[in-house]
Amino acid sequence: MALTHHDERTTDVSRQHAELAELAEPAEPAQPPTAGLASQSAIDREIERIQADEAASGLTRTQSRLDFAPYRSSLLRHPTKDLHHADPEGVELVAPVFGERDVDPLEADLTIQHDGEPIGERIRISGRIVDGDGRPVRRQLVEIWQANAAGRYIHKRDQHPAPIDPNFTGVGRTLTDDLGRYSFVTIKPGPYPWGNHRNAWRPAHVHFSLFGTEFTQRMITQMYFPSDPLFALDPILQSVTDPAARDRLVARYDHDRSEHEWLLGYTWDIVLTGSHATRMEQEGDDV
Amino acid sequence: MSDQHTRTATPTRPYAVPGVLVPTPGQTIGPFYHYALPYEGGELLVPPGTPGAVQLHGTVTDGAGAGLQDALLEIWQCDPAGRPVQRQGSMHRDGHTFTGFGRVSTRRDGHYSFTTLEPGPSAPGRAPFVAVTVFARGLLNRLFTRIYLPDDTDALAADPFLRSVPEDRRPTLVAAREPDGSLRFDIRLQGDDETVFLRFPRQEL
Repeated sequence: MALTHHDERTTDVSRQHAELAELAEPAEPAQPPTAGLASQSAIDREIERIQADEAASGLTRTQSRLDFAPYRSSLLRHPTKDLHHADPEGVELVAPVFGERDVDPLEADLTIQHDGEPIGERIRISGRIVDGDGRPVRRQLVEIWQANAAGRYIHKRDQHPAPIDPNFTGVGRTLTDDLGRYSFVTIKPGPYPWGNHRNAWRPAHVHFSLFGTEFTQRMITQMYFPSDPLFALDPILQSVTDPAARDRLVARYDHDRSEHEWLLGYTWDIVLTGSHATRMEQEGDDV
Repeated sequence: MSDQHTRTATPTRPYAVPGVLVPTPGQTIGPFYHYALPYEGGELLVPPGTPGAVQLHGTVTDGAGAGLQDALLEIWQCDPAGRPVQRQGSMHRDGHTFTGFGRVSTRRDGHYSFTTLEPGPSAPGRAPFVAVTVFARGLLNRLFTRIYLPDDTDALAADPFLRSVPEDRRPTLVAAREPDGSLRFDIRLQGDDETVFLRFPRQEL
């Protein structure tokens, strides 16, 4: 269920946090006891071995590996059989339509959803979304979610003992414009600990949910901030085994997008997979 | 675009195709999406009680057979006449516009449920299906599959895609008609009876 229906997000913080308390489930520790957990150096060695094997194979992946044991939760959750080739049919060749009925322009600013301002570095994250042929993804839905500046999510299963920010929910939505551009104002999220291995910390990141012009382009990913010292230690980022491919998940600091005495700008462009529409249909678009 | 997406591909990169941009990698949805992505009415493509409404439900399980409490499913389908729908309003249902899109998170036991209309075939000779995307904590990228309707066995037997799937795995793509009329479709991420997941052309996975 949605903890905060987005129409109600701008008001009634106390009720939101009462709901949060009500939803908190006892008797389920957020993180397992550290006994039996691998050390960071053991995880590092596993990552190195897999990446060295891939580099030696000459087969450079551009996507995350589904089978990536250093990320322990993937062990029982990745398919073991080959994906089956399918030519997209019918409904798969188009995408759901979202529009002004679905998204309020105010949802693109995560710093104005409550009575007060959230604590943290105010930033703008903006960029362009194109498909594999370089065509802009126009008028399409982009959704983001993230931790607050202290590394805490508004989520019942996040038990990290860092403060909740009563002025920050960490959820945004927008529609791309006719050039495929998007823009969010938010605060920079903090890194946070998790239970994958002993002393495991996720680098600061923002989750992005993206639609294309056809359903086959649907994707969810994570955007990272430049030069984070946690990159090499993080099994989720390192599941993208090729360094050049990992770089595609890292935004760049963009001083031209920073605003005088107001916020810092980050630029992150996103490429979806190529579409399958016929060239005839594509010729009307500027490439 | 930034330099990160250069249009080059060396011969040692069989996943990349010269002349096209390299897609941004997908990543796991993680455990904390519940307050961001599911929305009120996401699972109700039509209000319950609508003529022709059917419950489409099942369980998402891992390789040990345990239900996933943190999987997100999206469905996308034609209308009963077999036409793709291109209408706004999926995020704010108005109670009568069928948009063809639904989103729901699994519950603690891994169970999910949509209320929708049964799609018609999108072309002659094709069996009708609902397109599905699966996201989950522990799943490092999305997976695609299809839910085929079970009733027209001649259409299922003749469908070119289903015929391309080994016969012993084909049943994982077909919903079961329950005695109460609902459609049951379980999704098994791993194991002997693992669901058939799809790879579309031009995609690494």
